[in-house]
Amino acid sequence: MNREPVQLWVNGASVVVPAGASVAAAIAQALGVGASFRRSRSGTPRAPLCGMGVCFECRVEIDGAPQQRACMTLARASMRVRTDD
Amino acid sequence: MTESYDVVVCGAGPAGLAAASAAAAGVGARVALIDANAHAGGQVWRHDVRRDGARRSRAAFGSAVSWYAESQVVAATADELLIERPRGATRLRYRKLVLATGARELLLPFPGWTLPGVYGAGGLQSLVKQSWPIAGQRVVVAGSGPLLLAAAALLRRHGAHVVGIHEQVSARRLRDFGWGLARWPKTAWTAVALRTKLAGVPYRCSEFVRAAVGDERLRAVELETPAGLRRIDCDYLAIGYGLVPNVELAEVLGCRLVAGPGRHARVAVDDWQETSIANVLAAGEICGIGGAATASVEGRIAGLTAIGSRREAAALQARQRHARRFAAHVAAAFQLDPRIHGLAEPDTLICRCEDVPFGALAAFATSEGWDGRAAKLATRCGMGACQGRICGAAIVELGFRAPTATAPPLFPTRLSSLTEPFATTSM
Repeated sequence: MNREPVQLWVNGASVVVPAGASVAAAIAQALGVGASFRRSRSGTPRAPLCGMGVCFECRVEIDGAPQQRACMTLARASMRVRTDD
Repeated sequence: MTESYDVVVCGAGPAGLAAASAAAAGVGARVALIDANAHAGGQVWRHDVRRDGARRSRAAFGSAVSWYAESQVVAATADELLIERPRGATRLRYRKLVLATGARELLLPFPGWTLPGVYGAGGLQSLVKQSWPIAGQRVVVAGSGPLLLAAAALLRRHGAHVVGIHEQVSARRLRDFGWGLARWPKTAWTAVALRTKLAGVPYRCSEFVRAAVGDERLRAVELETPAGLRRIDCDYLAIGYGLVPNVELAEVLGCRLVAGPGRHARVAVDDWQETSIANVLAAGEICGIGGAATASVEGRIAGLTAIGSRREAAALQARQRHARRFAAHVAAAFQLDPRIHGLAEPDTLICRCEDVPFGALAAFATSEGWDGRAAKLATRCGMGACQGRICGAAIVELGFRAPTATAPPLFPTRLSSLTEPFATTSM
């Protein structure tokens, strides 16, 4: 397994995480405590809840593909991640 | 693309790993193991990115097993699974299928539970193991069951400030539970070791979270305690009320489900881990919450049965029954205080995907209970991305009937994956 840290982009900002980190962890590191990942239908802020791919609260855009579960996706080099505003 | 196997195992947690390894020991058996995650181990043996480093995972399986990582089952028939992978869909044909799809956390609605900062206790554990930054953060751990101790210990190991652990069960009940553990000395020892690691962290009984407070994120929790309402400032709430079997795939395959202990469905199996469907077996949490030790032995029985090694499987049945008795002991001890079922207020969201408030569902209560189907059609409760996995379990726990049965696709799916069954085999 490659143990080199991984550099990726969250909302345009560079972030470096350990190999094996999830995209969810990269977002938390980039945006800080209590950061919102997405807006719900009625506009309320949401962040991961179940941490294991069940609740879909952590959906973000990854490399242009919408609605990807950040908790189930490994952070990979040069990935571009966007959360809802 | 279609691949054919003698045995396909769904889920690479303790049950699935044991099943795949046992089946692969059979002469010439072609075995596949699939999991939605990038690494094997399931939730309980999830690799800890920061702490485990290059340490070899416990999640081992022989080289004879074909490993399908990041593979999500979206549909299933009597001899085939349709799985979605990062680079497209694949069909897996099977002679025997072993379901080891595990469990998810039971998450119950209370005012403020949708705020960023509120996490499942197991969920936060899983996030932190994958490098979620938690050092220095104030975390309240609450809910019920042995999982709370494990979560608190892991969070602390990663530098979190665990403000307190709040168990809804009474101290007396917990003491009785502890004495009962004498029948399972290894487990009792684990509990003592966990408690030692948590020295200095307040552990309070008969307390539960009534509300999460904050604007755009969590700022504090309100606890119901024997001494009245108490407010604690915190950055994180890790909350869990136990586990619920992931029976959706079994349900789509037509396996007989039963309820209990508690209200949630589990897969009915015989002494050989066979379900009501001839070539489908099931092991571990989906047969009822039982923990990793139960899952391992059941997985092994299922794997051996799948390749026809019944004599070897029979030798494990006594151990399986012993493990299940422990599970029953846990389930009986951590029954929920009925007040926890009544925390949702009319404006508390039940369905987090479609933002359906509890009050909107109340209109569908009838004299015979609750009309789940009508409620779903009128409010869209359970029709969002999670397909009712969170609100469905919550609704059942609150004493209502589940909105509706599971139907494929089992997860939100790319359209191209659904056209895979119609693709020519040369593709």
